[in-house]
Amino acid sequence: MSNVIQQDWRRTLQQGAIAGFISLNIAAIGMVEHFGERFLIAGLITLGQVAFLAAPLAFSYTTARSTMGQGRVLNTLLKAAAIGLVSSLFLIFLIWAAQTFDVRSILPNVSPTLIGLLTFEAGPGVGYIILLTVTVVTCLIAASSTFLQENVSKALFFGFGLTILVGSLSPNLVERVRNFFGQDMVRVLFESNALQLWPGIILAVASTILYFAYQRFSTSRPKTTSKPKADLTSRLLKQAPLFIILMSLPFFLGTYLTEVTNNVGIFLLMGLGLNIVVGLAGLLDLGYVAFFAIGAYTMGVLTSTGSLGLGLSFWVALPICVAVAAFAGIVLGVPVLKMRGDYLAIVTLGFGEIIRLIALSDMMKPFLGGAQGVLNIPKPSLGTFILDDPERLYYVILAGALLAAFISNRLRESRIGRSWIAVREDEDVAEAMGINLVRTKLLAFAIGAGFSGLAGAIFASKLTSIFPHSFNILISINVLSLIIVGGLGSIPGTVVGAIILVGLPELLREFAEFRWLIYGALLVLMMLNRPEGFIPSDIMRRELHTADAENPPPAS
Amino acid sequence: MDRLKSFSVINAFLWLLRAAIIAIVVWGTIQTILNNPYSDRAWKDFIIFGIAQGSMYALIAIGYTLVYGVLKMINFAHSEFFMSGIFTATSVVALPLSESGYMAEHPLITVIAVGIVAISVSVLIALVTERIAYRPLRNAPRLMALITAIGASFFWQYYFRGLFGSQVRPFPRIAALEGSVPFFGTEILKTHILVVVVTIISLLALNFFITRTKAGMSIRAVAENKDVASLMGINVDRTISLTFVTCAAMAGIAGLLFAIVYQQVHFFMGFFPGIKAFTAAVLGGIGNIPGAAVGGLFLGLFESVGPSLFLQSLGIPAFNQLKDVIAFTMLVLVLIFRPQGILGERLAEKKA
Repeated sequence: MSNVIQQDWRRTLQQGAIAGFISLNIAAIGMVEHFGERFLIAGLITLGQVAFLAAPLAFSYTTARSTMGQGRVLNTLLKAAAIGLVSSLFLIFLIWAAQTFDVRSILPNVSPTLIGLLTFEAGPGVGYIILLTVTVVTCLIAASSTFLQENVSKALFFGFGLTILVGSLSPNLVERVRNFFGQDMVRVLFESNALQLWPGIILAVASTILYFAYQRFSTSRPKTTSKPKADLTSRLLKQAPLFIILMSLPFFLGTYLTEVTNNVGIFLLMGLGLNIVVGLAGLLDLGYVAFFAIGAYTMGVLTSTGSLGLGLSFWVALPICVAVAAFAGIVLGVPVLKMRGDYLAIVTLGFGEIIRLIALSDMMKPFLGGAQGVLNIPKPSLGTFILDDPERLYYVILAGALLAAFISNRLRESRIGRSWIAVREDEDVAEAMGINLVRTKLLAFAIGAGFSGLAGAIFASKLTSIFPHSFNILISINVLSLIIVGGLGSIPGTVVGAIILVGLPELLREFAEFRWLIYGALLVLMMLNRPEGFIPSDIMRRELHTADAENPPPAS
Repeated sequence: MDRLKSFSVINAFLWLLRAAIIAIVVWGTIQTILNNPYSDRAWKDFIIFGIAQGSMYALIAIGYTLVYGVLKMINFAHSEFFMSGIFTATSVVALPLSESGYMAEHPLITVIAVGIVAISVSVLIALVTERIAYRPLRNAPRLMALITAIGASFFWQYYFRGLFGSQVRPFPRIAALEGSVPFFGTEILKTHILVVVVTIISLLALNFFITRTKAGMSIRAVAENKDVASLMGINVDRTISLTFVTCAAMAGIAGLLFAIVYQQVHFFMGFFPGIKAFTAAVLGGIGNIPGAAVGGLFLGLFESVGPSLFLQSLGIPAFNQLKDVIAFTMLVLVLIFRPQGILGERLAEKKA
């Protein structure tokens, strides 16, 4: 028995050490300091504190979850406290090291600001105690949340999550609130771009209660599991409110947020295209940015009023861009027809880099402008009405995204969509079933590239100048991440993925510094824990979960 | 019949592509040879530089080949094993020691210390990556493992960027390695000699390890067939970890050599060498260890001589900018036309 307890405690200490190590790293790579500038609630909590408390919190929560329902309250709380204690020791070590040695020349992010944040501006001695207490208390709160009923704790999570989200987005909200409710309201709710204390608490409590009530309400109703397929008109009617909201969005969002939405839309367009190539046809394309670049450069060269351009109008050039990109998709698709998986990924990566390097080189400078890029690309216009501000461009992007979503939705349910899925599952079997592999794969490449070309064309006229440096591998990785996070093969998933992975980093500028780090971690975590994505397509969900049930992974 | 017909169009297209590229290369080469814009010495310099460059590619390529042989996956994060070791060693060991003047007094000890730190960090990163990201997905669909590897690669890149900063850090000069020695009518930089010698020693040591030791034998057995290997009493998990350790050690050495030759390190330094080393591994036949060495050398030479040999006479301005294009084109061409590589796949007989 004592052996079991010993083992149990050793595990707990181990968890605390891992949590502490993660916190130490989060602090050392500068996340705490960068996030520290963003107050969630004015004068009280910054996002930086959330960053270094996140790991101990998560670990004590999972530890408490594992002993849930055993009725050993004191034991669980002690364990959580131990995790908090051990993990804060790591941070105390960091503070001590930073004050004793010259760490900064090696780790540039371990700055006095960071130390100030970690010690809550209280100097070393007292700061250690405060840090330790705060960490332990956070862990205790996290652990005791497991004693609550599931729906209560869920509601609490929702409330606090929403408050953190609103708090971190408050700089953007301030302007919106001012527009609609006037300066007085702003003064009541916010203080120097963060939530005031009382509105924050009210928000947390109110959203918790509302979510709780919503849960009670929604579970009391019987769920309708299968609904008969409605006819076309009623389906269209159902989507009318959504359409109206989408149409009036710029009015509510204001210039800056519309600009962000536009960027989300451009990535959404690319995401929908890559979703066909990777999500449906299973062809992992890492050079997807190539088609984006081709679309953008085609638009640039065709419409630019500068020395390189032909000066065509946007609307004439747009279909040409899509066609050129789709054609490029076929040309680059033909050589890789026989490749699968890893090799395909690497070759497409190579294509992406070749296109970028050629655009950058002096060889193509007379046509593409080399490193100086193509300048003076006009904004799209309708007659004399120029779509020059984000609010107007929004409708161009919205139209493109809706078109792409419609096309991919129709394609997925069609014969060609099913053959893509068949090819993804097993090429040889698909071929034996009479699917023409060449045609199927090339169609996937061409349509995917076409969407990306459309995105590129809009991107070029949105920015009015394009440079080869904008078309690097990171764009491909960004698009890949967003469709994986959303759910491979799922269109709503792509939308959500684009909002989370493109929209949020633009709103949280501090976050942008670490976006690739977070994307990388997110890709790994998604593959390990939720490979079907947050909003999985039905097929993916069924497939991944029945596969688990039929042949469980061997214990390692 | 239908399939044959459609494939014949594709094949014709591919043949045309092949012919066009060969024609460009041959035409450019003939022109260059006829005009010969360079002295003999310049050509020798190109070749020597290519060999030194190729040696480093070979060391990295070993990593791709070994992991592919054992796990049948492309370890996308391998280029980060390469970067992490030397980036850490430069920031933590080399720069402080060179600033304190210790390096000037004891250059050998410093370089050995830097090397040891670089290799250890590379190995550590490799072990962590394998344990956390790859092991749970060993039986998952290959697309998932590949995406995980890409994620791990970007994670490490930006992790080290956060840790040591985004700026380029200079690798301190080593006085004993400055200058050059005369060699057949030209001069070789001492650093290049060091690179070639260290590479040869490392490759011989690796060869001994893989072919003569028990651990090496278990790696080969696991590469051949995991299930049978585990029936024979081999601990598959530990062998795979050992493979990663071996690969990362080679990458760590390559990182050190890279820093000595180019005298700078930064967080993105792994990307291009990584892709090129992968090209080298495919060129030599992925899964084939001598192949990786040959492929690396070949790619290094091709990249160094290529632009001058067959691009210059085509009248392309600033043809040296296209050096990377040549490497990538070569990668694409090899994968299209001879995916089994020059020496063929050996460790793995079939790939999915």
